[in-house]
Amino acid sequence: MTSQQNIKVDYIARVEGQGRLQIEVADGIVKDAKFGIFEPPRFFESFLVGRKYNEVHELTSRICGICQAPHQIVSLRAIENALGLEISEQTRELRRLLNFANHLQSHTLNLYMLAAPDYLKYDSAISMAGEHLDLVKKALMLKKLGNDISEVVGGRAIHPVTALLGGFTELPTKIQLEELKKRLQSALQDGLETIEIFSKLNIPDFERNFEQISLVCKDVYPINEGRLCSTKGLDIDESEYRDKIEEKDVGHSWAKHSFVTGRDSFLVGPLARFNLNFSTLGDKSKNAAEQIGFKPTVNQPFKNLVARAIELLNYIEYSINTIESLIPLKDEIVVQGDVKPKAGVGSAITEAPRGILYHNFELDEKGIVKKVDIVTPTAHNAANVENDLKEYVPTLQDLSVEEATLKCEMLVRAYDPCISCSVHMIKLE
Amino acid sequence: MSEKLKVAVVKMTGCAGCQMEFLRLEDEFMDLLDKVDISYWYMARSNNVETKYDAVFIEGSISTPRELKEVKEFRNNSDILVAFGDCACSGCIPSILNWIPPKESAKVYDHFSAVHENMPTFQKILPLSEYVEVDAEIRGCPPHKDMILEVVKSVLMKRKPFLRSHPVCVECKLKENVCLLTAENRPCMGPTTSGGCGAICPSINRVCEGCYGPMSDSNAKSLADVFKEKCKVDKEDIVRKFRKYAGYTSALIEEADN
Repeated sequence: MTSQQNIKVDYIARVEGQGRLQIEVADGIVKDAKFGIFEPPRFFESFLVGRKYNEVHELTSRICGICQAPHQIVSLRAIENALGLEISEQTRELRRLLNFANHLQSHTLNLYMLAAPDYLKYDSAISMAGEHLDLVKKALMLKKLGNDISEVVGGRAIHPVTALLGGFTELPTKIQLEELKKRLQSALQDGLETIEIFSKLNIPDFERNFEQISLVCKDVYPINEGRLCSTKGLDIDESEYRDKIEEKDVGHSWAKHSFVTGRDSFLVGPLARFNLNFSTLGDKSKNAAEQIGFKPTVNQPFKNLVARAIELLNYIEYSINTIESLIPLKDEIVVQGDVKPKAGVGSAITEAPRGILYHNFELDEKGIVKKVDIVTPTAHNAANVENDLKEYVPTLQDLSVEEATLKCEMLVRAYDPCISCSVHMIKLE
Repeated sequence: MSEKLKVAVVKMTGCAGCQMEFLRLEDEFMDLLDKVDISYWYMARSNNVETKYDAVFIEGSISTPRELKEVKEFRNNSDILVAFGDCACSGCIPSILNWIPPKESAKVYDHFSAVHENMPTFQKILPLSEYVEVDAEIRGCPPHKDMILEVVKSVLMKRKPFLRSHPVCVECKLKENVCLLTAENRPCMGPTTSGGCGAICPSINRVCEGCYGPMSDSNAKSLADVFKEKCKVDKEDIVRKFRKYAGYTSALIEEADN
């Protein structure tokens, strides 16, 4: 490409939702890089006002068809925080399993079906199936495993139904859990192979010094709860989120841009979780990471793919452990309507496949929602994608415009954006 | 069959859950590719070529003039147009917004009016059939993958798809569930809701929330009366129940409007 050529993608393929790229180049310098989200808003924060505390998670689930379980779990936790409601250890473990399963299917989808075709030079997993049938079959198997766990624990794979405030309406049987455990154990090998496959791809090593944020727990890899920590010293409780993370409107996108107060954009998702939680990875996952020389702190956004592959194995390991700790199941069932309303404000942060997800609700004494604040992983990442592009594009001068454009799309796909989630209200110029 | 079926999967404003349910045909996926050429599906492939299609699956609701223009083009370019999932069939959860005046919504956001002035969005989320002719509706949030397969098969075999018109109650009876409405006086939407899910919620001791939209000839008024008289549900909660997955459809609007 010449030093004056712009890069433009009207509709980015192989990501969830409707987004575009517009990168303006003059004299070899990026004047402007826009990751434009043109998916129209659905105004969730508006129509949730007036709805009831015990249906909120059912409604927020519909923010995203890929990461529905984390949306449900974080809503449940935020409202439980508002009500001061304690949940049992078994409920926490079941919610962890439900979210691990969600990450498993979502990571598989991104790695094999959305990202891999770029590196193997295909336009889709469908056309990839001709020469790489084994990869596509592995992807379908792993995705099905994730979905089946969600179905057993959640009652339905997409938009699960068993999770309520305080617990679950129905529990999986011991036989179901043991069957899943067997399948997970045989999937360990597929997890290892996934790491091998993705560590051997020719993934660009573009590096940039940015802050990375994820939940951190003391003894376990974070999934549904933890402290909010960063590679630059952030360490806060979920209730302090709004003191440290701010948003600003941008004219070209329906998603707001997030930044750390007094600092800059940041990255959330697999790479951030890996870097901040290396010590609590499952044994097999940690060994596999060490064997390919992948150790914290990695500041290369494309390497989200490698971190995602390591996490895929990690979630298989953790799911097995969780199932083992769940058996024998205690007969703890919640009945719809058991949890009574109360006035209060509650917030919670959960890891979704693409990174931290924040929900905050204010309830009145009848449990009617008065105020809502939701910030999704892709909204957290959007500004960082643009800052990456500003530094990355000038390194692509030797490529044709087509090749450079593809590289930019590949960078976006490494973040695995979930655009529908991120759409928010913004001020337009 | 000599030529493969040309299919497009198109996303309007929605959560992608219906597309995810399509991708959940993991066991059938490879066989499907023998018969079906998915020539347009942004979430799954690049090089999306706009062409003539045998069937187009539209996910999501129409919320901007741009989306309306696109959907009309797909209608013109396809033999069969399928409203794929609740957002397309009934407006789904985003249609709750239809009852909130923009001025009220504005209180929630700092710059609500700027959005409406500068980037046109429609004030109402309406079923897809209000905008273009729809050949088949796959109900559900999300629709069960078996229904997707049924529609694909029916297009391949050039026959009418068998999509359920019975209520959730039929599936509940087949599962021999105790009726939550009549036996326990709990406000279950099953009697007015399309089947197809396999009565998932009543089977796990949850009332049906109506996520498959209204069945044909549903008697919403009668159900609302039962909720009020028998289940002692207050009026605001009844309205919330009907104003959820399909409040703006003609079958439920009267109860949702109250």
